[in-house]
Amino acid sequence: MGSLLGASGATDFPLLNALIFVPAVGALIVALLPRSRPDLARPVGALFAGIGGALALATAWQFDTAAAADAESVGEGFQFVSQQSWIPDLGISWHVGVDGISLWLVVLTSVIVPIVLAGVDPHHDPKPYTAWMLLLQAGSVGAFVALDLFLFFVMFEVVLVPMYLLIAGWGYEGRRYAATKFFIYTMAGSALLLVAIVATAVLGSPESGITFDLVTLAEGQGLTTNAARLCFVAFAIAFLVKVPVVPLHTWLPDAHTEAPTAGSVVLAAVLLKLGAYGLLRFGLYLFPEASDWAAPVLVTVGVVGVIWGAITAAMQRDLKRLVAYSSVAHMGFIVLGIFAFTAEAIGGGVIQMVNHGISTGALFLLVGMLYERRRTRRIDELAGIQSAAPVYAGVFTLIMLSSIGVPGLNGFVGEFLILIGSFETRRWWTVIAATGVILAALYLLWAYQRVFHGPPAAADRQTADLRKGELATLAPFVIAAVALGVYPKPLLTATEPAAKCLVMHVTVHGSGEPSDPADPVLVFDRCEVRDGNGSAGDSIGDRVDDTAGDNH
Amino acid sequence: MPPIDELFDETFASPGVDWWVLVPQIILVGAALGLLLAASLAPRALPAWASTIVATATGAAAAITAAIQWADWGSAPRATLKGAFVSDGFSLLITVLVGAGVVMTALVAHSALGRYAMAPPEFAALLLASAAGAVVMAGANDLIVLFLGLESLSIALYVLIALAGRRASARESAMKYFVLGAFSSAFFLYGIALVYGATGGTNLSGISEFLFGTVRDNDYLLLVGVALLLVGLGFKIAAVPFHFWVPDVYEGAPSPVTGYLASIAKTAGFAALARVLYVAVAQQSDAWAPIVIGLAFATLAVGAVMAICQNDVKRMLAFSSISHAGFVLVGLAAIDPDIVDGLWANFAGSVGAAADLGDGVSGAVFYLVVYSFMALGSFAVLSAVVGSSTDPDDGTSRHDLSRYSGLARRRPVLALAFAVLLLAQAGVPLTAGFVAKFEVIRAAVGEGIYVLAAVAMVTAVVSAFAYLRVVLAMYAPEGASAVEDDAPTARVSRPRWGNLPLTTVLAIALAVAVTLVVGVLPQTLLEWSADAALSIFP
Repeated sequence: MGSLLGASGATDFPLLNALIFVPAVGALIVALLPRSRPDLARPVGALFAGIGGALALATAWQFDTAAAADAESVGEGFQFVSQQSWIPDLGISWHVGVDGISLWLVVLTSVIVPIVLAGVDPHHDPKPYTAWMLLLQAGSVGAFVALDLFLFFVMFEVVLVPMYLLIAGWGYEGRRYAATKFFIYTMAGSALLLVAIVATAVLGSPESGITFDLVTLAEGQGLTTNAARLCFVAFAIAFLVKVPVVPLHTWLPDAHTEAPTAGSVVLAAVLLKLGAYGLLRFGLYLFPEASDWAAPVLVTVGVVGVIWGAITAAMQRDLKRLVAYSSVAHMGFIVLGIFAFTAEAIGGGVIQMVNHGISTGALFLLVGMLYERRRTRRIDELAGIQSAAPVYAGVFTLIMLSSIGVPGLNGFVGEFLILIGSFETRRWWTVIAATGVILAALYLLWAYQRVFHGPPAAADRQTADLRKGELATLAPFVIAAVALGVYPKPLLTATEPAAKCLVMHVTVHGSGEPSDPADPVLVFDRCEVRDGNGSAGDSIGDRVDDTAGDNH
Repeated sequence: MPPIDELFDETFASPGVDWWVLVPQIILVGAALGLLLAASLAPRALPAWASTIVATATGAAAAITAAIQWADWGSAPRATLKGAFVSDGFSLLITVLVGAGVVMTALVAHSALGRYAMAPPEFAALLLASAAGAVVMAGANDLIVLFLGLESLSIALYVLIALAGRRASARESAMKYFVLGAFSSAFFLYGIALVYGATGGTNLSGISEFLFGTVRDNDYLLLVGVALLLVGLGFKIAAVPFHFWVPDVYEGAPSPVTGYLASIAKTAGFAALARVLYVAVAQQSDAWAPIVIGLAFATLAVGAVMAICQNDVKRMLAFSSISHAGFVLVGLAAIDPDIVDGLWANFAGSVGAAADLGDGVSGAVFYLVVYSFMALGSFAVLSAVVGSSTDPDDGTSRHDLSRYSGLARRRPVLALAFAVLLLAQAGVPLTAGFVAKFEVIRAAVGEGIYVLAAVAMVTAVVSAFAYLRVVLAMYAPEGASAVEDDAPTARVSRPRWGNLPLTTVLAIALAVAVTLVVGVLPQTLLEWSADAALSIFP
């Protein structure tokens, strides 16, 4: 594979730009379809989204893991880099690239949108619905690959509009309130982000002139400590709203619950990741010292999210709201992992982002399918579904177990890595967070018991089982959940070097005084283990595989 | 004994006139007068389309002339009339903008003239006269000339609103605007008098030279004069606390005129303000910068907070225009201390100017251009919605939010255009509104005014809520359930453009096109506004 590619792993074809523009052009074409043929919108939209998905898989296939492992700094780890001048006066360029942290998020986004477009019926106005979904895909991919602060902010904000209109136009009863709350929360978070981005560029640019280029600013570290800390706070608030962490999370249950099924899936699988990804790419990378400075608070916030999300989820009467709150808990884990500053924890955080997208996305699909049949999501109005819809119950069980983090399924890998990685630097936080795993089992199994077991009422008995089309929609999620649970190595080999480099970046530029026994530098060294061929180290992968084996 | 010719020259020295510099004004005034003349001499009433064509062509001609002048001469200032009027990049860019504003207003008004029972030739002539006033304000280098421009603009606007006088609301609006406008003119005149008393001149460059060139005991008289000038122009740009006329006047005026009032009249006020502050009294920037910052705070906050309380879309846009004025003030407040140092150096004989001096003014100019198109487009949509409405006048306000409910189903293209303009005003990226906010914030951050920058962005979020209410009403009307399968309306064939007049469609399309193109590719306009901003520094 490596021989086909240049040294940097880049081909001539601008894959990343195509990933952004194919769905965007698709949105335009869908919008221009004749009004007399609304039935064309979804197939055409799914086609364009699917091309994007195929290109994303091609990107993952061509991603040069050997080159990634050889990278000596975060900036060197970017592949498929493409840079065009955009607003030269301000040092703003169209600069895109992926590394191990963004690669799988790009794939996740590009694959999930075509699946939900093809598999979920919007019920009315398919044309604008499809166009907005495609724009959502373009914007999200753009945010994940942007290597320019201005470009990232543009994409980060642009994503809001289609999501807002999807919730407002195709959502459930409380959609107006939920859509506005979603938009205002996110925009309020990013209001200060814009000021901080400008301040970072104005104060941190090299002598040669103002630039918004992420790599230049991050490798240059031109800000004074105090300025960097202030800017970091503004960045962190914007991203923590998006993640979301307690207490900035209250938009999430409303938005997830009131959004149409496809909207909930994309919201959970992709948009929440923008926040966590932003913390990694623009928090840790741009402001390593400030990240280190703020880590105790952020780790605490993450752990509080784990516990708070789990307890609140257990109390929910609405199945969709329960899944929404479970997201708060899962994302809390990711925040803990990010700010533990070990390669395992950060790599685990990235993997958990992907896996949370798979399992929670599938859960939202399943809840949506149940709603289609029963017109209710209230747990106490449902009972004994298992006997009426055994296949549905089976798929639900598997996805639920993956969400809980049962070994052998995908959810386990990320959570486990986060826990072992964080344990080295944040012992007591990790101990508390680990109870979140148990709580996750509690609220999901309890909900499962109430909905699927027990004596079915007449309406429950008539609940139809999954149709072939629905099964086909869910199949990729089920396959991914099992495959990545058994063999997570593809995720790990790409992610690990990038996580390692990021930890090194934080260690070098941070205060250099680790708070707990395990020195990050040592942790870093341990990750350095390579096999004889010099290909990507797989120490993390081995550990997971071993442990997974032990638990079986 | 010298020959008689020379003697005549000495005693009757008229200022040299560079006529070529004044071509845009001459075109505007000439067309206005010609139109009035033709209308009064014609045996029958001129058809509406004739006046619209004249107004559109004149506006376009003025804009094109200014663009040619700019391309020809560059941004360097060319003074004429003994330095009372100056044509530089700044005034030429504003002239192009005013010309475009005239074109769009004339197009939108074409279909509304009948509805408001406004006489077409008079409407067009007044529009052109007010535009001439705005152009004079942008290029005035003398407080007296500035006042002349201000009055031509204002008086033409009073009458323009009163033309729709068959409606009580328009009469009330014109009266309010007139009384408060006259009041503010009085402030302005008094300010001129005091500044003249303190500096001995009314020429802006002359004032600057005097301030840099003399040692004075104190500047109390000057500062009171500058404060009064700020009050007078504050009324024009509707800065808080001089904004109380805005909602009522904007609401009562016909929508096309409101668009003009919100965009071009405001732009002219800001152009004059920028020239007074940066050319005449830059030396006193320590004194006026805090005042402008304070005005910006109040304007941003009051505009945004009041906008979200409005149930009337037109009033909401009126308050939002106040909030936008706050953003422009942020740009003007971000004066680089190097400007003053550079002026000192200039008057001491050495020359030194860096390219990033004009960031604040450049951001303000960029904002004005972008905002003008967004405002003109938004009020054009309002005009289109009311004009095509078949609802009986049931006593609810004509622009009540409920009239926009479900607009996306009835008129998908119009609703989409309005949504784009509203989201642009909210500052969503890939629209020009975002780049404009970005520019202003950049200038403020560059000068270290972080708190103002942060407050500005927070108020942007607050006003986003106001815009979202309208978008929400259009796209997700209250009461309609989203889950009903295949809503029947989906297949009913709807009029795509319906009975929307072509002229209005053109104007809206132009506004949306500028908003999107500048949003994606802002580089050219950024260069222009940076050029324009640098050109006003003497």
